[in-house]
Amino acid sequence: MNTLKKVGVPIVSIVIFLLFWEGLVWINDWPKYKMAAPSDLPDAFWKFRWLFLEMGWQTLWRTVIGLVLAVLVGGALGMIMGLSQIFRGALYPLLVGFNAIPKATLVPVIALIFIGQHDFNTVLMAVMISFFPIAVSVSIGLSTLEPEYRDILRALGASRFTIFRKIALPKTLPEFFGALKVSVTLAFIGTNLVEIVSPHGRGLGALFKSGEINGNYPLMFAVLIALAILGIVLYYLVVIFEKIFAGWAERPQT
Amino acid sequence: MNLIETKGVHHAYETPMGPLPVLAGLDLAIPESSFCAVVGPSGCGKSTLTRLIAGLLIPDEGEVWLDGAQVKSPRKTVGMAFQNPVLLEWRTILENVILPLEIVAPGMPRKQRVDRAMELLDMVGLTGFENKRPSELSGGMRQRASLCRSIVHKPRVLIMDEPFGALDAFTREDLWQTMRDLRAAEPFTGVLITHDLRESVFLGDQVVVLSDRPARTQHVLDVTLPADRTLDILYTPEAGEMLHELRDQIRIAQNRNEAA
Repeated sequence: MNTLKKVGVPIVSIVIFLLFWEGLVWINDWPKYKMAAPSDLPDAFWKFRWLFLEMGWQTLWRTVIGLVLAVLVGGALGMIMGLSQIFRGALYPLLVGFNAIPKATLVPVIALIFIGQHDFNTVLMAVMISFFPIAVSVSIGLSTLEPEYRDILRALGASRFTIFRKIALPKTLPEFFGALKVSVTLAFIGTNLVEIVSPHGRGLGALFKSGEINGNYPLMFAVLIALAILGIVLYYLVVIFEKIFAGWAERPQT
Repeated sequence: MNLIETKGVHHAYETPMGPLPVLAGLDLAIPESSFCAVVGPSGCGKSTLTRLIAGLLIPDEGEVWLDGAQVKSPRKTVGMAFQNPVLLEWRTILENVILPLEIVAPGMPRKQRVDRAMELLDMVGLTGFENKRPSELSGGMRQRASLCRSIVHKPRVLIMDEPFGALDAFTREDLWQTMRDLRAAEPFTGVLITHDLRESVFLGDQVVVLSDRPARTQHVLDVTLPADRTLDILYTPEAGEMLHELRDQIRIAQNRNEAA
């Protein structure tokens, strides 16, 4: 019963959503150059299946590499800001300002600086757009550590590093994973921004662009669905890691 | 011989309005294996005292001596417990209790650590809960686990900062009895900061009353009750007299002269 609920409820909700979409297109009698219906998508997927595999892979690996780098960069910045008040004061306004810049405006900038480096540019954008939540959450997690937590080990003469490793780091993990879930989606936005905007791009974003140029709406919507699927897969991958490393933060069900 | 001594300790905190003196002439003498309860008005610097004895803080003036040596930094022979049990949510109760051993005795075999922790958990009545997470335990049980953790490495000194302050009255009395039993079984010298006069008389060999901030030692009461105390002893005339004396001293500390 419980597993049926767990699997059944999301599936039913997806089916209802697709039916609603299909019905909307059918009732309004929208032609294919205006709006694609779910029933148009299988054909699009099948027709461009090799392109989907190739472009999907391009988008996926660049997003994942971007995320990994965002975790490293964001984590490092978060640690610096979380452990040092001076660095927090120095870096926070810079980071907030940087984060406030619409990243689409940076696409031509990095495209000019790193001409032709399509992979590099795409990964760079994914990092730039997704490291911020990680940096903020890690720094808040570290800086809000109650002094008693530190004192129980400090009173025993433990080093700063030991306290960090045994207490501060594990205590920050739930916040970190919360931020990572946000960053997954942001990283996809980053890669796709570059893929769509740069000429002769690769990846699902480029496929979307070519659909647009050719007026192939079913292809464009198929790309959106493919992106959604990749996003869901990566998101739940993070959820699995969260369960393994920070499962303790989940309150027991009563 | 006194295991802990403070001599003329003065300490002030820096604030935007200038230095705020919290301790001004604090003298303590706590014999080995005895239990010293410290009471005083709120905010009089009692917690500062715990941090000084633990070596987490160095006094501006005066000396803190522990075990024949002047305290200049934290040492492994100290255990601490706070009002907040500060258990690590990602560890089981057993792993929480073992934590100090990982710092103090990194070479100790795993089995020996577990045995030691289980022995203590048994003493406080937590057998069967060792693999639970802190969030699955009640407040009183969490505080019991926290006490086990504070003495697992057999510290010479156990410093407690209002460890029972957040518990309801009956749970608190249960914990007093647990504390009494732990004292009988474990060789530590205790310093207990508390707001509860009954607690100080039930657990203490001496009760030190601190004055209002900046705190100095205002009064020392030797508790002359037998060692094997039960809660009933608090209702004897002797205990009543001591509680009354303490109550008077607190009133003086608070600068209030009106009769109760």
